[in-house]
Amino acid sequence: MGNKQKPIIDYERIASQQSFRQLARKKNSFLWSITAIFLVLYMLLPILTSFTEILHQKAIGDITWVWLYSAGLFVMTWGLAHFYVARANKYDAEAKSIIAEYEGGRSK
Amino acid sequence: MSFTAIFFFVAIVGLTLVITWWASKRTSSASDFYTAGGGLTGWQNGMAIAGDYLSAASFLGIAGSIALFGFDGFFFSIGYLVAYLVVLYIVAEPLRNLGRFTLADMITARFDKAKVRGTAALSTITIVLFYMIAQLVGAGALIQLLLGIEYWMAVLLVGVMMTIYVLFGGMTATSWVQIIKAALLMLGTVIISFLVLAKFDFSIAQMFTQMTTVTEHGEAYLNPGLRYTNGIDTISMLMALVLGTAGLPHILMRFFTVKDAQTARSSVIWATWIVGIFYVLTIFLGFGAAAFVGSEKIIAANPAGNMAAPLLAQALGGDILFSFVCAVAFATILAVVAGLVLSGASALSHDIYGQIIKKGKVTEQEAVKAARIGSIIISVVSILLALGAQTLNVAFLVSLAFCIAASANLPVIIYTIYWKRFNTSGAVTAMLTGLISALILVAVSPNVWNPVEGKAIFVGEPLIMLTNPALISVPLGFLGGFIGTLISKERNDLKYREVEVKAQTGISVQDISH
Repeated sequence: MGNKQKPIIDYERIASQQSFRQLARKKNSFLWSITAIFLVLYMLLPILTSFTEILHQKAIGDITWVWLYSAGLFVMTWGLAHFYVARANKYDAEAKSIIAEYEGGRSK
Repeated sequence: MSFTAIFFFVAIVGLTLVITWWASKRTSSASDFYTAGGGLTGWQNGMAIAGDYLSAASFLGIAGSIALFGFDGFFFSIGYLVAYLVVLYIVAEPLRNLGRFTLADMITARFDKAKVRGTAALSTITIVLFYMIAQLVGAGALIQLLLGIEYWMAVLLVGVMMTIYVLFGGMTATSWVQIIKAALLMLGTVIISFLVLAKFDFSIAQMFTQMTTVTEHGEAYLNPGLRYTNGIDTISMLMALVLGTAGLPHILMRFFTVKDAQTARSSVIWATWIVGIFYVLTIFLGFGAAAFVGSEKIIAANPAGNMAAPLLAQALGGDILFSFVCAVAFATILAVVAGLVLSGASALSHDIYGQIIKKGKVTEQEAVKAARIGSIIISVVSILLALGAQTLNVAFLVSLAFCIAASANLPVIIYTIYWKRFNTSGAVTAMLTGLISALILVAVSPNVWNPVEGKAIFVGEPLIMLTNPALISVPLGFLGGFIGTLISKERNDLKYREVEVKAQTGISVQDISH
């Protein structure tokens, strides 16, 4: 690892490619909006349990809403983890074509 | 101690030593030592992350907490799991793409200054030592109970084992100890949960119904509020749990053991499933212990409830299951402390010695030797601290470690990857503000001060009522980094371009094709 001579990469050039700017903007807005959503849903749990009694009521048999909300957070975690992978695979393909575009432009 | 118990303990010690011997033959370079050569696969690293993460505090602590306090104990399970979304969405891939061995490597990929690296190493070592003291003191008390040996012998036993793994087998041995531990822990937890569920005729609804009558709390057992009555404090604690994981050095380090961002990604997916299923099962451990052991017996064995899971195993599966679960708890502790030693050593030997003192001019042999010496130093210091802290109530140090990680490390990680204007001065102030504010706020908190003697470390009134100050210290970490950045004129957009391209495309890791 790291022994072989690496070509010098012109980062500035990749960074100013239209395709890269688009990917960066799209990816960051995806990451941060989903992050905001799950953090809000998560922090809502202690807020609701500490300052209201909404989740203290029984939902199914003796199971109270607080357990169902928590179960929802578990399902959310697994669901969003897989959602991320699906999206990230798409972004990988775009990143590949960005690098190909850069290499194509460089060899000319 | 019974024959079965001795058998399981010897089997675990023997197996892990064989792994260490095998790994030692594969550990010759610094990259082997710190990252297992970067050659772990997704499932291997995912299992190792779970093994690194599910500490005795998770296994024994949460089970006990649910047993004694119902839903309030389950808060931890939720926070520790959702935290993986922060790791996956924000941190894992850029970290893999930018870093080499340590958190400091990743930050200095943008700001190559000794003061940045030194501050990052300081924060890493602080977190590692706090986490380690909590683990070792807990381990000492636990093994004392399980094996009937003295506290100092128990701490030394764990201390010597962790040193051997890391010293000879580096990251390869540590990873495989963690993988095996994760498998054993899941096996033990699934067996107990199955037995608990069988007792309730395999009906979740019936289990919840019975839980409303078997404890002295009645229906309140199924609702929050038995343990955490201060709303703001609960919110603060849950914030530390969800944001802290993405800043824990021993978890971050695991992402350098895989070859690229794709593998880092798949390892988080594996970890999320393993850790998530485990945390679901903590409900069965906790409810089962409350119903079939009873709070009186749990508290009699250990006031914090740490013996709930082993006692439940005994009640349901007799001596064999009890011995097995105790051995699993032992393996759990070993795997976590080994990961901690390794991340502490990486900060000490790679960051401080190799990069700051020697300015990166070390040969491969020197680097490996420094890594080994660093491991011994971290081990010895934490063993001595743990021996001195025997009588102190240090359980809060785990959540303090999460709080420091969230306050000192997460802001700087996020700014480094995502904020163009961020600069050297901001990086230093972000880490220092987060670190110092977390430490000071804890030093004046009810964890340290209590008017009743023996309840905390010192007798007296605490200055703030937050047991976990994340709600204050995390924003302070972000604010410190923000102000520190703006008061300095330094700005390097060109360097940020490079970081951005590397983080988003992984181009430097994948190697360009010609």
